Amino acid sequence: MTDEPLLRVSALSKFYGSRVGCDNVSFDLWPGEVLAVVGESGSGKTTLLNCLSTRLLPSSGTASYRMRDGQFRELYRMSEAERRFLMRTDWGFVHQNPADGLRMTVSAGANVGERLMAVGDRHYGKIRATAVDWLSRVEIEEDRIDDEPRAFSGGMRQRLQIARNLVTGPRLVFMDEPTGGLDVSVQARLLDLLRGLVTDLGLAAIVVTHDLAVARLLSQRMMVMKDGRVVESGLTDRVLDDPRAPYTQLLVSSILQV
Amino acid sequence: MPTPLVVSDVAKSFTMHLRDGIKLPVVAGVSFSIRAGECTVLGGPSGAGKSSILKMLYGNYAVDEGQIIVNHEDGLIDLANASPRTVLAVRRQTIGYVSQFLRTVPRVSALDVVAEPLVERGENRETARGKARALLAQLNLPEKLWALPPATFSGGEQQRVNIARGFITEHPILLLDEPTASLDATNRDVVIELIAAKKAAGVALLGIFHDHDVREAVADRIIDVTAFAPGKLAA
Repeated sequence: MTDEPLLRVSALSKFYGSRVGCDNVSFDLWPGEVLAVVGESGSGKTTLLNCLSTRLLPSSGTASYRMRDGQFRELYRMSEAERRFLMRTDWGFVHQNPADGLRMTVSAGANVGERLMAVGDRHYGKIRATAVDWLSRVEIEEDRIDDEPRAFSGGMRQRLQIARNLVTGPRLVFMDEPTGGLDVSVQARLLDLLRGLVTDLGLAAIVVTHDLAVARLLSQRMMVMKDGRVVESGLTDRVLDDPRAPYTQLLVSSILQV
Repeated sequence: MPTPLVVSDVAKSFTMHLRDGIKLPVVAGVSFSIRAGECTVLGGPSGAGKSSILKMLYGNYAVDEGQIIVNHEDGLIDLANASPRTVLAVRRQTIGYVSQFLRTVPRVSALDVVAEPLVERGENRETARGKARALLAQLNLPEKLWALPPATFSGGEQQRVNIARGFITEHPILLLDEPTASLDATNRDVVIELIAAKKAAGVALLGIFHDHDVREAVADRIIDVTAFAPGKLAA
């Protein structure tokens, strides 16, 4: 365990004209930590995620990332090429809709292998073996390796997207509603899979979700957002067991019990 | 050796924003310490704030006032003001907790639920599973259940999984929230034995036990939580 955070975010804001995307968000993320960002639609959580993953540039504020050489780099001062390289190698991004994160017209194996080639792997046999290994880790049968994701169910596509993201051994993974739109039984399987992978690989992750149960299961820390601002943050079970902000109390009291 | 845990002047209330912001005071002026090798019991009727105190010590509840000083990795930490990351480290290494109910995770076997805290502390997975098997056997959980996720287990079976999970590690402090509530006499006796073994190993235990016989068997000291009722502070 290192004593330095992996990501330092300070006073990050994004405005769309006069409209607030996210406002003055600050936090540190350490290796191996899973941070859940919760809030309802329009709360700014996806804007925040897109800024952090440099898919959007913020209006103000800074975010620095500790590179593999131990040096902190200011994300918004990197060149486009450097950011893309980070995205391809050290980061992953799991989209809510797998079609946004997969290439739907190439095979499952190629979807996984492509990321490996992006980091310089050239040996076909090795790439294929790694792809098979990763497909099995996300519980996709080896005989589906040559099928296109178009032929996969929603849950399988999502698992394939996770394999594609994790194959390069990233240190930080962004997830946008990773279980949204899936049946509950499929969700449970995916959550269990994610939980195991995050623990085994020691990944840091930022997970945007509106589902507090997903946040409880996956994350150690939580930020609650409303109208672009963080209204409460802390240890996940503290926020859920003893919510302090009016909005968090409303969210927690709105959970359906089964 | 420093005292493992010292609580001083802790106060806790809930503000119910959905009920016009009414404030429900829970406890105030909570001060006590627990000692290594002893089992301290929080006594008092339901609603006196016993569980709330345990939850503050474990970081599940925020603390309004006061300090909770814990001896963590040869340093003293105030849990009442610690960062989430520090609280997580304290949970991993210093304070264990057996909650009243097991929070189950889909698809994870009872054996792995029990082994997990050891794995988190860096223990080899197979060694951890070996210890988990031994504890589950000691708690008389039928072996055919070990590979199943505990979601569908009976209350007593879930509680035994929970107890095994809490007792498997060597945390120097162990919090117990009614660990014997839904157990039969045989398994209650097993828990009494487990607690005695922890005491012998120098663990500081703090628990809530409604069962009179268990309390008699394990308690070295009883702290009357009604002394921390919020109204009493003025007196």
